[in-house]
Amino acid sequence: MSKYTEEQLEEELKTQEYKYGFYTDIESDTFPVGLNEDVVRAISKKKNEPQWMTDWRLEAFRIWEKMEEPEWANVHYEKPKFQDIAYYSAPKKKPKLNSLDEVDPELLDTFKRLGISLDEQKKLANVAVDIVMDSVSVATTFKKTLGEKGIIFMPISEAIQEHPELVRKYLGTVVPTTDNFYAALNSAVFSDGSFCYIPKGVKCPMELSTYFRINEGGTGQFERTLVVADKGSYVSYLEGCTAPSRDENQLHAAVVELIAMDDAEIKYSTVQNWYPGNKEGKGGVYNFVTKRGLCENNAKISWTQVETGSAVTWKYPSCVLKGNNSVGEFYSIAVTNNHQQADTGTKMIHLGKNTRSTIISKGISAGKSQNSYRGLVQINSRAENARNFSQCDSLLMGNECGAHTFPYIETKNKSAQIEHEATTSKIGEDQLFYCNQRGIDTEKAIALIVNGFSKEVLNKLPMEFAVEAQKLLEISLEGSVG
Amino acid sequence: MLKIENLKAEINGKAILKGLNIEVKAGEVHAIMGPNGAGKSTLANVIAGKEEYEVTGGSIELNNEDISELAPEERAHNGVFLSFQYPVEIPGVSVTNFIKTAINETRKAKGLEDMPAKDMLKMIREKSELLEIDRKFLSRSLNEGFSGGEKKRNEIFQMAMLEPKLAILDETDSGLDIDALRIVANGVNKLKSKDNAVIVITHYQRLLDYIVPDFVHVLHDGKIVKTGDASLALELEAKGYDWIKQELV
Ligand SMILES: Nc1ncnc2c1ncn2[C@@H]1O[C@H](COP(=O)(O)OP(=O)(O)OP(=O)(O)O)[C@@H](O)[C@H]1O
Ligand SMILES: [Mg+2]
Repeated sequence: MSKYTEEQLEEELKTQEYKYGFYTDIESDTFPVGLNEDVVRAISKKKNEPQWMTDWRLEAFRIWEKMEEPEWANVHYEKPKFQDIAYYSAPKKKPKLNSLDEVDPELLDTFKRLGISLDEQKKLANVAVDIVMDSVSVATTFKKTLGEKGIIFMPISEAIQEHPELVRKYLGTVVPTTDNFYAALNSAVFSDGSFCYIPKGVKCPMELSTYFRINEGGTGQFERTLVVADKGSYVSYLEGCTAPSRDENQLHAAVVELIAMDDAEIKYSTVQNWYPGNKEGKGGVYNFVTKRGLCENNAKISWTQVETGSAVTWKYPSCVLKGNNSVGEFYSIAVTNNHQQADTGTKMIHLGKNTRSTIISKGISAGKSQNSYRGLVQINSRAENARNFSQCDSLLMGNECGAHTFPYIETKNKSAQIEHEATTSKIGEDQLFYCNQRGIDTEKAIALIVNGFSKEVLNKLPMEFAVEAQKLLEISLEGSVG
Repeated sequence: MLKIENLKAEINGKAILKGLNIEVKAGEVHAIMGPNGAGKSTLANVIAGKEEYEVTGGSIELNNEDISELAPEERAHNGVFLSFQYPVEIPGVSVTNFIKTAINETRKAKGLEDMPAKDMLKMIREKSELLEIDRKFLSRSLNEGFSGGEKKRNEIFQMAMLEPKLAILDETDSGLDIDALRIVANGVNKLKSKDNAVIVITHYQRLLDYIVPDFVHVLHDGKIVKTGDASLALELEAKGYDWIKQELV
């Protein structure tokens, strides 16, 4: 395509507006549905991005256009119609609310059931953490305290403006645009997300957190997160989400890239609770996420996740252990109920010497759901003395659900030590009766047993998050027996 | 306290209890003995409300209230406790967490607040001393990897914590070594009062040297076929069950 000036773009957008009935309503401004190069340009322009960013997106779009949607995951769903999605939706300018009465009652109910304190509910409802409401970050906090340590934590759209050199240097270096179908799509149209940079030797003094939430019916969410921990630094990053019920399938295709330089450590914790669809399996969020971290020498990345939501989850947080003595960890709890389908796991790519990885995966399936663990441990030829320990436990409730474990191991170095353990168990009538006999009703008994089953992973979460996650497990399994 | 009349129960269509009568008053200790497969554990489970068993006749009253329609947890809230013959394992749930949940769920059912942590701690300390339980033990996953004897002792620890009105001990003595038997029996005796009652199911006279029963019943083929005082247990120990079976013919 020939040179494309700002004016030309504007001109063309005008005609597009006409053609597609482009609208901006007062509540939210949403692009018309569909995806083409102009929409990609328009997103970039809307965000006032520099040319390199626009070009980067366009390149990703062109790659995506030629790609096929993957079929290999052990999940079955109606493919999203990519031309029926609106690719940009700015949030309603949220007024500062005076009281909780003004907040979406459904959201409040979720907060309450999660046991989030009133104070925190207020904060969450009108933003104190860096909340991503729909596609654009509405606000950022902590900035000042963090700023004093030189830590950058802001919406990625702002980072593109304020720290273009950093974003440009690292964006797409861990998950290239060519990586997979969803990553390419995300690269072309990502609307917002978070950017975090921890300077050399700095230990981030607080947990960094974002709350993601899907808001507009029919808008795909394409979050982009980039965390860079410079040499010898440390950061713990929390990502959580709650979403009110939706009747329509919603696509979510996020990309998260982590970079841990020499001697740095990143802990990335996720509690994911998107709308799973109703009991019959209607509606619910499609969650196709690419998460990957790169470890340099002596660096460490830990992924901890509690997945309870989404109709379909396809997600493999991975570690590329490039540096010598680097460490990758993956701790996961995935709960599926009713008609949910989850295909999750991790990839541990051992490139450096003495690299170590640990995988602890706990799958809990209830109802008619299907829960698959898919993990790849790859030891490359230069990775002397690499070690991996994997443990995959599945807990089944009832006879209609399924748990599947697909461990893949590829070793090109004889010194590798790999251990894999897997168990499948069922919540037994006898266990339930035992609890009942002690005065614990069945619902609570299940929660207790599930929490016990998940303990090794729950223990890895930061304290407050662990409490929330436990409650979430209870809520997601409500009504799963009886 | 407990009044069972003409109780009939079956499992998978197979009749196990065939018109059983027993009455236990507050302050009493009853022993139930009987051959393997007679229906002793079945009786215990039916009193506790295990749903697999179908009650096909008769009544179970606890403190003059028919409990046969209540869910097992409701019976527990009303003060029924069963020390299991085969306690189950719950991986990842510590003894402490389990008992805390049990106590607080029972309190919740009664409209009470959670027990303050301070009180809970005090109680745990007292009861674990009573039963000579090492505190480290309480942090382990419930029954996971416990020896047979440890499981039984843990059952009685839970009983001590929950302070039931009616405790049914199903072969709590099997698996206990001689010292443990004495400790556990002493514990049970200390917890006894004029307001509660205990039913011990056992095969051995030995336990009854420590926990002296007011009544000894013989359960055979789904019925109580003989009732006597503590001396009946000695007689059974000496003679076995055949003479009773013969009396029945
Ligand atoms: N689920 C079941 N299905 C079929 N039969 C059962 C079932 N559970 C128990 N039974 C039978 O019921 C009968 C009574 O069993 P129960 O466990 O009450 O005996 P018990 O008197 O406690 O014996 P023991 O002294 O060996 O503990 C036995 O014949 C047993 O096989
Ligand atoms: Mg028995």
